[in-house]
Amino acid sequence: MSARDVAATVLDPELPVLTIADLGILRDVHEDGRRVTVDITPTYSGCPAMAAIRADITARLHDAGFSDVNVRTVLHPPWTTDWITADGRRRLEEHGIAPPGPAVRAIPITLGRRSPVPCPRCGSSDTLNVSRFGPTPCTALYKCTDCAEPFEHVKAI
Amino acid sequence: MTAYDAIVELNDHTHWAFGTGFDDPLAGIDTSVPPGTDTAEQCLALGDDALIMSHRLAEWCTNAPELEDEVALANLALDLLGQARLLLSRAAQARGDGETEDTLAYLRAEHEFHNVRLAELPRGDFAHEIARLLVFSTWRLAVLERLVDAPDPVLAAIAAKGVKELTYHREYAAGWTVRLGDGTDFSHWRMAAALEAVWPYVDELFDSREARDEFDAAIRQVLEEATLAVPDVSSAARVAGKAGRDGVHTEAMGYLLAEMQSVARAHPGATW
Repeated sequence: MSARDVAATVLDPELPVLTIADLGILRDVHEDGRRVTVDITPTYSGCPAMAAIRADITARLHDAGFSDVNVRTVLHPPWTTDWITADGRRRLEEHGIAPPGPAVRAIPITLGRRSPVPCPRCGSSDTLNVSRFGPTPCTALYKCTDCAEPFEHVKAI
Repeated sequence: MTAYDAIVELNDHTHWAFGTGFDDPLAGIDTSVPPGTDTAEQCLALGDDALIMSHRLAEWCTNAPELEDEVALANLALDLLGQARLLLSRAAQARGDGETEDTLAYLRAEHEFHNVRLAELPRGDFAHEIARLLVFSTWRLAVLERLVDAPDPVLAAIAAKGVKELTYHREYAAGWTVRLGDGTDFSHWRMAAALEAVWPYVDELFDSREARDEFDAAIRQVLEEATLAVPDVSSAARVAGKAGRDGVHTEAMGYLLAEMQSVARAHPGATW
């Protein structure tokens, strides 16, 4: 297995249905014999999962026989939910988490007039934003008014 | 692997100082700073704003009117704490004087902090926090937008990330401003009083006309929707022309630092 393939299997600790490759935070893996350099990017500035992800990558690569592992932080360009892969979006939906729509480039104040987030259970677009923030920085809380299911939504940024 | 292992990383049990450590937020980033820029000062000021505002927002844990808003305010605090860690780490690199993000946050005295006074004002009622957050996030968004092309590539990258986060913060504050302002007579009155209380600290935020114009336009849009007026109050007095950016703070700052720095000062170099 290449170092890239190994690193790509690490799961995101906050959304463990996604690998860091699905999430788009694995930016580059450079392999040189037993030396590996991995570039990752934070989702949010204060994301507390970064240390766990860094440790997981190092441990996986050590187990796979790469003795010298260097995990670097890359800040530019900033992570966007647009980098979540099609596979990752499908997996989120399967696990009842509404995937993000396209990231907004301009920054107008919308004052609540946002496009609807369809319910990952029944598909209804008649949903209600319960809270802009969920259990992790990257999600918001919604409720479906048709099937009454509460669900999380990965915010587009 | 235990949670502790994950936190301290594989072989580095020494770095989890002050309970914040995790690891260097700028790990692996080129440490060189372009010559002839004021990167150190800029990062320190913006880092201090984020750190102090984050501390005030975190005070809402167990104090917010609803669980959802407690989670929201804690999330905003976390974003700002993340920005503070990146900025203070970068400031430490640019200074090159042996300081670290931890020593900058926990071992500086009041007059060495350069945050704007708005950030340190004591926690008032929920409307006060919303008013402060509306002003703070609208202003900081305008400032960070202008830094995405900063000569220092690290500051530019931190700003670009911050823009995305602040957009959300402003939305949250704007949403509540409208809900309270355009709510009942009582909520309208309290939101108006809250805006009047924070407005004296607006003038000292700006050193750029463009940022001020953008701020005014965004605030006008929100307040119109909220059926509120821009407060007509005079600016808070400076001390011999100095304010937060110059290290001259309000009475509240000393108390805030006493709490924020207490563990680090009582147990120097402690790790756990």
